[in-house]
Amino acid sequence: MSKFGGSNSKKEVPAVTSSSLSDIVFMLLFFFMVTTQLRETENKVQIKLPEATEVVKLERKDLASYVNIGPPTRALQATFGTEARIQLNDSFKTIEDIRDFIAAEREAKSEGDRPLMTTVIKADSDVRMGIITDVKQELRRCSALRILYQSRKAE
Amino acid sequence: MGKKKTPAINSSSTADIAFLLLCYFLMTTTMGTQTGLQRRLPPMPDKNQPEQQQKINRRNIIIVRINSNDRILAGSEPIDISQLTDKVKESLSNPANDPNLPEKEPKEIEGFGTYDVSKGVISLQNDRGTSYRAYIAVQNEIVRAINELRDDFSYNHFGKKFSALDEAKQKIVKEAVPQNISEAEPKEVKK
Repeated sequence: MSKFGGSNSKKEVPAVTSSSLSDIVFMLLFFFMVTTQLRETENKVQIKLPEATEVVKLERKDLASYVNIGPPTRALQATFGTEARIQLNDSFKTIEDIRDFIAAEREAKSEGDRPLMTTVIKADSDVRMGIITDVKQELRRCSALRILYQSRKAE
Repeated sequence: MGKKKTPAINSSSTADIAFLLLCYFLMTTTMGTQTGLQRRLPPMPDKNQPEQQQKINRRNIIIVRINSNDRILAGSEPIDISQLTDKVKESLSNPANDPNLPEKEPKEIEGFGTYDVSKGVISLQNDRGTSYRAYIAVQNEIVRAINELRDDFSYNHFGKKFSALDEAKQKIVKEAVPQNISEAEPKEVKK
């Protein structure tokens, strides 16, 4: 027992090395950097996605353009009311703006990727179909035919 | 003098720096994959071209309507959403060759042979007042019906589930059980 400094009890307990702590945190950091994607826009509409069981995964996230449809968030309801609105990028837009939006999205992608572009319709489950039909018609006019109705996977 | 050790750089703060970075990424990123129902919209009809699609035989169209109260009509009768999958499956498979249900046409499928492919088209019509939730629920049931038919076909001919097949076989199954969902034109929607 004297082997472990029993004779010299005043010897200090060595501090736990914290040099590997940074490695662990860096590993966590890399994990999150790889598995997540940057949030591009701020949500201005409240969206509670509908549920579906037969969902498929969105294949190319980088080729997706998002059309958000829903009632404005609580803070914005004073100015915009509670009627469902369309949000493209960072602001409220109308049906007519979809054309420009799709054109701009298309311009930003490379030539080969353009046929694979998907428009993700992210709509609140209480939205009426009228506005969604209008959006769909406009998308058909712009020949953005691949769409995805975003929905949560229900078990 | 030369033997004097250089003091190690104090590295205890690297963990803090990494934590800060970690927090930054946690705040600014979103996690999880996006899922949903994939659809292909029909191209806008050309004004110069006369409409040709009206030629589809009436028995081949399965009309599913959703009204503004989210009630579902399959064909002409009201139906509950839980029965929709079976109804669509029955119409598309048409096991007894009922003359009122969609007809089947033998079709040559590459790498498989001939198979009686159903010519049924599901036409989904909705009102402007239909809720999106009901619309997605109906879309989901229709996709489920087609997925189940594909699974049945895969079991019968390849002994595996559709998702377990390789790409070439999946293509055969997709051709044998096509996903023909037509999203209605607005003139029908207005009604």
